[in-house]
Amino acid sequence: MSTSAQLINLMASLMLLIAFAMLAQRRIKSLIYLFAWQGLVLAANSLIVGWYTGHHELYLSAFFTLLLKVMALPLVLHYLIRRLDIQWDVETLINIPATLLAGIVLVVFAFNLALPISQLAGTITRGTLGIAIAVVLLAFLMMITRRKAVPQVIGFLAMENGLFFAATSATYGMPMVVELGILLDVIVGVLILGIFFFQVREAFDSLDLKHMEKLKESDP
Amino acid sequence: MNEIALTLGAPIAGAIVLGIFGGHAQAARLNALVSLVTFCGAVLLASRVVSEGALLAYHEAFFVDSFNVFLVALTAFVGLTTALFSRPYMLNEQAHGRITRRRLQLYHCMYQLFVFTMLLVLLTNNMGILWVALEGATLATVLLVSLYRTPASIEAAWKYFILCSVGIAQALFGTILLYLAAEKVMGGGGNALLWTHLNQVKGQLEPTVLSLAFVFLIVGYGTKAGLAPLHNWLPDAHAEGPTPISAVLSGLLLNIALYAIVRCKVLVDGALGTPFAGNLMMGFGIMSVVIGAFFLSRQRDVKRMFAYSSIEHMGLATFAFGMGGPIANFAALLHMTVHSLTKSAIFFTVGHATQKTGTQVMDQIRGLIVTNPTIGWGLMLGTLAILGMPPFGVFASEFLIVTTAMREQPWAAPILLVSLAVAFASMFMRVQSMVFGDTTARRLPHAPALVPVFVHLALVLMLGLWIPPYLADWYRLAAKLIG
Repeated sequence: MSTSAQLINLMASLMLLIAFAMLAQRRIKSLIYLFAWQGLVLAANSLIVGWYTGHHELYLSAFFTLLLKVMALPLVLHYLIRRLDIQWDVETLINIPATLLAGIVLVVFAFNLALPISQLAGTITRGTLGIAIAVVLLAFLMMITRRKAVPQVIGFLAMENGLFFAATSATYGMPMVVELGILLDVIVGVLILGIFFFQVREAFDSLDLKHMEKLKESDP
Repeated sequence: MNEIALTLGAPIAGAIVLGIFGGHAQAARLNALVSLVTFCGAVLLASRVVSEGALLAYHEAFFVDSFNVFLVALTAFVGLTTALFSRPYMLNEQAHGRITRRRLQLYHCMYQLFVFTMLLVLLTNNMGILWVALEGATLATVLLVSLYRTPASIEAAWKYFILCSVGIAQALFGTILLYLAAEKVMGGGGNALLWTHLNQVKGQLEPTVLSLAFVFLIVGYGTKAGLAPLHNWLPDAHAEGPTPISAVLSGLLLNIALYAIVRCKVLVDGALGTPFAGNLMMGFGIMSVVIGAFFLSRQRDVKRMFAYSSIEHMGLATFAFGMGGPIANFAALLHMTVHSLTKSAIFFTVGHATQKTGTQVMDQIRGLIVTNPTIGWGLMLGTLAILGMPPFGVFASEFLIVTTAMREQPWAAPILLVSLAVAFASMFMRVQSMVFGDTTARRLPHAPALVPVFVHLALVLMLGLWIPPYLADWYRLAAKLIG
């Protein structure tokens, strides 16, 4: 196996490792650092794949990832939690070992799901497709297990990272115009959520989503 | 080409201007004016497509054919009437102190952005941009759903954002898979996601990848279309947001999401040659009809009840598209049109009724017809129309769908009929007691705009009695295109 392929696999395993770390991380602040690291690995992966395969538009994609997901978004999130005064918040997660075990099951499932697709993909990176799907599913699991607004959003952003990783693995990235559009959506989404957090806090005096259980199907 | 620029340019320019001056006293009029310009653009575009056939514009970035052009016209039309309706509605809300000037500014700006993203979904030729625009439509409406800043509305907006974003993330994965299959045939680059190119080579696309892609796409876009069991966000967002937003969410956004699914279905059908995609759509469709109809009967909030009715009707259209064939597709297209017109008309009347009585709880709304006969009759006629009473257009489309189902999918026909009957019984009873009886309504400071209601209902009535020949041709052409 060539050095580049080994590097790509290394990046993929780092992605997976960070996804698991996020699943178990209870501090909001550390969670944002982990998210920034994940962005960095993602950018490095795009760079390596772009260099190795000669798809130079991936450099641009790596650059935007670096700018947005390693710098801008973590900065915004840090600013938000400072303003909302929740930077030292620790979530009481029930049963981290059980969540991690569920995560392992998801990874196995993801590899099975990826098998027929990665056989069709002609890319050098096709082996990492399973990991990409696993990262998406783990982020999904994280969103389900969290009861606070900010970690849930970080879970959503991590899911988007996983999808980006999947696009690089399967097809060396989407067409540039689409990638730019997706990034635009992410920026706008985070801005809107930033406004939204303040609204949530104003209405519920906390960012804990357990207060949001009024709208139920059973009678009002 | 200029028509496309006008149709898309007007709302985006309007969003910028209204973002700055949206709190001005005349902003609501400007909002309506921008929508009128958009509508003119859409009509010009439609007349051009009708006379010259499908067109590609700006290096194939936009594609207009008989399928999407009628939805463009419909979207621009309902966008216009909703803007007309929202002026007195929002003035009343302001007079009641429920919203401030600043929020009105946000409302107007986001309204135009929302219309822009929906039109972009319809007009774009690129399946990736379609995804981007549909996610943009969610983002534009999140802050609108939470406009009143009540705990319930914020909860509804949060639910809306998280569920739709997660859902649509699935659709992004589906799009990646679609690109993977397309790249094998066409090579990489920007053209591989253009729908027209995909449509040309759909027979060569890898079937296993495409069937997997479709599962992700239908789950993703189906969340936005409110298909059960992915519909949980919909009743909350409809009930807690301002009524003009309920009207456009229900009348337009659901249609747009369904449009995205149907575009994908055309490709998947071509690649697979089996009814896989259709079966999946029929499954989701019938589940939505049943869940919509039965949950509808348990509601006490009037807007929630009509939200469930939207789930039911989207399910019906999805089911019809799933059956496929010229008649079912024709019926589904007609159903999308009449549902969108009727449901937005109903939300207009419901909006004013709830303002007059100060509540959304149906038990406390009584005797609308006494204080304001037009609102009362509007709600009654709208309800009769949406329940599929002849001679309204919904009857025609539902009749076509059910009779086609009897012929092609006999197992489904009884389920559909029972659901429609349940919806009829429960909704008719509720609305009747709201419209007649002693009144609890009060006078409003600003007279409601009820012209849009009757324009919509008149159109629905016309579509039930007589579909203009060019419109019928148009539907037929679109139905054939979908296959």
